[in-house]
Amino acid sequence: MEIGLVHYLTVGAVLFGLGLFTVMTRKNAVGILLGVELILNAAALNFVAFEHFVAGGVSGQVFTVFIIVLAASEAAIALAIVLQVYRSYRSIMADRLTALRN
Amino acid sequence: MPPLSVVAFLLLATLTLGSAGIVAFSKNIIHSALALLGTFLGIAGLYITLSADFLAATQVLVYVGGTLTLILFAVMLTSRIEDMKVSNPQGGIGAAFGLIAVALLVLGKVATETNWPSEAKPAVPSTAKLGHAFLGEYLLPFEIGSVVLLAAMIGSVVLARRAVKRAWEKG
Repeated sequence: MEIGLVHYLTVGAVLFGLGLFTVMTRKNAVGILLGVELILNAAALNFVAFEHFVAGGVSGQVFTVFIIVLAASEAAIALAIVLQVYRSYRSIMADRLTALRN
Repeated sequence: MPPLSVVAFLLLATLTLGSAGIVAFSKNIIHSALALLGTFLGIAGLYITLSADFLAATQVLVYVGGTLTLILFAVMLTSRIEDMKVSNPQGGIGAAFGLIAVALLVLGKVATETNWPSEAKPAVPSTAKLGHAFLGEYLLPFEIGSVVLLAAMIGSVVLARRAVKRAWEKG
């Protein structure tokens, strides 16, 4: 048995599926954020795998660095928003935040 | 006995996907957040097997050291730890499974119908090439990335602070 591109793509696809499941089923806002992190990691893993096996060079790793940068800033801002929501609602369950409905 | 690289890949993939499963299915948000640690470490190991050694170090430093700590802070600050009810409820499981089935079917169809190169490649260090790429071809995106980080930092500080009432403001 030899580890090739398909094995890494399988790991990435399953990781993406689990992340999508987390985003869709969680009601806790921080839980949704955890799912987003899983999806971003799956995409980054695919970038590096394609670069290693197909493209060559370092462009895939460059994209992954940008993914990490964006994930870090996204997490910081999302958690600041979550803290403010918790201060005004005393809850961060996404299905109770309905002030803008209607 | 399979070669060591195969064993390493299987162990890292198991760590990654097992922890991701806990993230997706745990009833306790703290367990979910802590299981994310295993996923990040497993992905860092997979980066090493893909000859991306700098990315592996970055993954551990930024994700484990920064993002995961932020998430744990948010979890601890926003959930009432003392009451023991389910802190991570789920809903819409049927729709989620339907969408994921469709997504995985499409991905599987693409993966089986494409002719991927299948030979294994040796892992060689690539940090020097990455540094040259960042200071040459990708210099402008690199600088814009640091501007984005600065903007995100200022924005999160402004968002997260409590409203301060200054002495000269009425009301």
